[in-house]
Amino acid sequence: MTVVFEQSTPALRGKIAIWWVIASEVMIFGGAVGSYIMARAASPGWSAEAAHLSTFMAAINTFVLLTSSMTMAMAFASYQKGDQRGVRRFLLLTILLGLAFLGIKAYEYTSHIMEGAVPWSGSFWSFYYMLTGLHALHVLAGAIVNFILFLAAGRGLSTGYRIEIAGLYWHFVDIVWIFLFPLLYLSY
Amino acid sequence: MSNPPRVAPSPSSVAQAAHGELGFWRTYVFTTDHKTIAKQYLSLGLFMAFVGGYLAYVMRWQLAFPDTSIPGFGFVGPETYNALVTNHGTIMVFFVAMPILLGAFGNFLIPLMIGARDMAFPRLNMLSFWILAVSALLILISFFVPAGGASAGWTGYAPLSARAEYTGVNWGINLWLFAHALEFSSFLIGGVNFLTTAITMRAPGMTFSRLPLVIWQLLTASVIFLLSVGPLIAAAVMLLMDRLLGTSFFVPEGGGDPLLWEHLFWFFGHPEVYVILLPGLGAVLEVLAVFSRKPIFGYRWIIYSTLATGVLSFLVWAHHMFISGMDPRLVMPFSIATILISVPLSLIIFSMILTLWKGSIRLATPMLWALGFIAMFILGGLTGIVNGSAALDIQIHGTHFVVAHFHYTLLSVVIFGGFTGLYFWFPKMFGRMMNEPLGKLHFLLTLLFFNLTFFPMHAVGLAGMPRRIANPLQYEFLKAVQPLNVQITISAIGLIIAQLPFLINFAWSIMAGRKAESNPWEAATLEWTAPSPPPHGNWGEAIPTVYRGPYEYSPPGVREDYLPQDRALAAGSAKERR
Amino acid sequence: MFLNWLPENISTYGGEIDSLFRLIYYITLAWFIVTMGAMLGFVLLFRRRDGQRAAYITGEKLSQVAWLIVPTVLVLGLDLWIDFRGGDAWAKARLHVPPSELQVQVTGKQFNWEILYPGPDGQFGTADDLQIDNELHVAVNKVVGVTLKSKDVIHSLFLPSLRLQQNAVPGRKFHVWFQATKTGVFEIPCAELCGFGHSGMVGHLTVHTAEEYDKWAKEQWPAATGEAIPR
Repeated sequence: MTVVFEQSTPALRGKIAIWWVIASEVMIFGGAVGSYIMARAASPGWSAEAAHLSTFMAAINTFVLLTSSMTMAMAFASYQKGDQRGVRRFLLLTILLGLAFLGIKAYEYTSHIMEGAVPWSGSFWSFYYMLTGLHALHVLAGAIVNFILFLAAGRGLSTGYRIEIAGLYWHFVDIVWIFLFPLLYLSY
Repeated sequence: MSNPPRVAPSPSSVAQAAHGELGFWRTYVFTTDHKTIAKQYLSLGLFMAFVGGYLAYVMRWQLAFPDTSIPGFGFVGPETYNALVTNHGTIMVFFVAMPILLGAFGNFLIPLMIGARDMAFPRLNMLSFWILAVSALLILISFFVPAGGASAGWTGYAPLSARAEYTGVNWGINLWLFAHALEFSSFLIGGVNFLTTAITMRAPGMTFSRLPLVIWQLLTASVIFLLSVGPLIAAAVMLLMDRLLGTSFFVPEGGGDPLLWEHLFWFFGHPEVYVILLPGLGAVLEVLAVFSRKPIFGYRWIIYSTLATGVLSFLVWAHHMFISGMDPRLVMPFSIATILISVPLSLIIFSMILTLWKGSIRLATPMLWALGFIAMFILGGLTGIVNGSAALDIQIHGTHFVVAHFHYTLLSVVIFGGFTGLYFWFPKMFGRMMNEPLGKLHFLLTLLFFNLTFFPMHAVGLAGMPRRIANPLQYEFLKAVQPLNVQITISAIGLIIAQLPFLINFAWSIMAGRKAESNPWEAATLEWTAPSPPPHGNWGEAIPTVYRGPYEYSPPGVREDYLPQDRALAAGSAKERR
Repeated sequence: MFLNWLPENISTYGGEIDSLFRLIYYITLAWFIVTMGAMLGFVLLFRRRDGQRAAYITGEKLSQVAWLIVPTVLVLGLDLWIDFRGGDAWAKARLHVPPSELQVQVTGKQFNWEILYPGPDGQFGTADDLQIDNELHVAVNKVVGVTLKSKDVIHSLFLPSLRLQQNAVPGRKFHVWFQATKTGVFEIPCAELCGFGHSGMVGHLTVHTAEEYDKWAKEQWPAATGEAIPR
């Protein structure tokens, strides 16, 4: 691949960088999920614990996150069309949906803890909190980045290519959830 | 037909710096210039090498003269010994080898050798250094918290590491884990920077097949690191949860599995040694070409072998676990893969030696270090065959034979490969020449004491001396090898003292060495077309344009004995190869 | 020779392991001599001389690359040979487990080897089980089966003279075996960092003659009748 100097734009650099970031993140979550699968395969009896999770809440969360990926894509489409207000509107929606995801997760965590299911209650719960906690931190980070872009858009600045890069990251976080949802909530 | 040189727009920080407006803090501390950041990594690495070396000195004195008061330290109790050995390993791998070989060499060389003005993300570059500095600080602080520093080995096996009561160490290990989290982040950011820069910012004409081999090695190392560290990050999170929240990922009483930690650790741990190896290998390759005045033999084959090594490095991790109790069906596949990894590495070694054939060899200091690397690395690699054979590993696992093996391989890279690069690129980095006689003395003393220290260690290991014991005299069967332990210790002290000529040379040459021209070694790669040292932005108005590969030494039909990569030839002159 | 540093082998499968050591030693020694000879030879032969120019050899032509590929293929071949011999040695030491004539359970616990003998009835979990810390008594030429466990952290049972080493992992049970060919007393260090008492965590293996073993067994289980080991 010969990239002649003139073709090297900040946008290209940003995109290549975020793909490498995503590759390493895939390995992080891959290691975590792989450990969960191996641990679960080695010791039966986890499904009893998994039954305590609310598939309903998680399904709502899945819908929330998928919708937020859609609004993120629409924010990027607005940027491409030069529609600054569209960019702001869809970024805001994405942030709110991300916060809604976190809110629902917080509600789930609280209800588990009230029932006595804490991280040290057993292997299933340890993995559940570790996996969803790691994922939630990534959702939070993404929401913060989106918020920074939202503020920039509000001041009339173009987000530029950064919105595409943030979008790629956000889609990745969504995809991780697509894996976590069935592995944690549906496999019993 | 030559192309006119491209005028590259300079980033604003470059323009500002060129005007000298930045002031002390922005120039030397919070700098975004890749060359200064490289020097920051180098300083950190050299400082931590002192710390790591000091820990080794204390350990070795204790082993040679157990339960005596160690000069410059005091008495070493068993808990202290475990903290010494743990932090010696951690510091040397993560705070010496990686900062110097990747942080310093990578940051300094990549933009200069590909023809870029700086890294793709200069501010992220600055951030990555400071994150590492904070990480190093955490490790240093961990020595002084109650119950002392981490003491579960640099490998941190659980459940020893998972419950504070097993070691008696609480915050020492927690800080150690936080330091790792920061250090991983630092190198992840750095790796992304390296790869993005090399992919998108090569000068016109710099195709991938014209890249110097050290750049290929740095890029492969970056990819290996990016893809291997993930599982260990997950494991570190789990270990912190075990320690701080009382979960039991790795503790069997709570349903966990200690072997899970081992798999996750070594899935990263093995590729990591290749992350360290490849840049050192790259420095040696550059020097071999320049000081033999010959192209590197088999450029393409070296690249294929490097990539093959990278891939294979992910498939051998469980050779650290042959007797761990893992599923016995895994043993032979990993043993076979491990022994096969010697194939691409052998090819690279053969290529290095064949580069010397019919060369015009100049034994300047960098070349001596490069040749020393080849010899030491071959030795280390050959004992790797013993380690990789599962049946033999039964006997030598957990003994000093393993310690001897990895010191031969790692130190050949870090010391011999590192000094190859340092002596070679010093004129470019600092604008001055180092003192040749002092350099040669440094080499000879290091070569001598390195072998005197680590060669007998193979014998001690074969005799059965386990790792991480504080007092060999507690064992009847080791009394016969104690004289060897004493000899090793004395030689280790010699090895440390042998670094004095380097320190004197380094410091003096920076301040008062003979001023260096831009290309004192008559080398063909792009960094030698910039001034010594290069200014902000590396070149003036125009970045170079590349017309050929990096190793056109002694080309036929040309009067000079090398053709720089950026020299346009007049029409009708000697045909270019590539 | 280097391998003389290994403790004297008193294990039935130790010979296979030692001969693998020798094979690899000679192969690697040969490679070291060849490569170092070549490197030093070339450096001496091709020192820079005034008026002489290096040859422009890139390794692109097939005739040149052959010098690279042939030794590499040779390395591959030798590697595969070592792999096959290694597979045989591993199988002999670990996979082909003969039936045990003596059984013990060894449990690592910071910082002792807790050795449990089943007693004359040959069953664990009965009244005549006896635990002796750090003292492993066996009879010469008898196959000893060891069940290895840990009560806390990872330890490693290491018997250098028997060419035997195995990690003891809490929460797991591993089975290893050995058959000693000579009598004597041998130390059992722990070879995996297990805490502040790792250094000095050492047991003793005593390999008795059949008669001595009977005598020892009588001392431990005075009430038993019959032979200690079924003949």
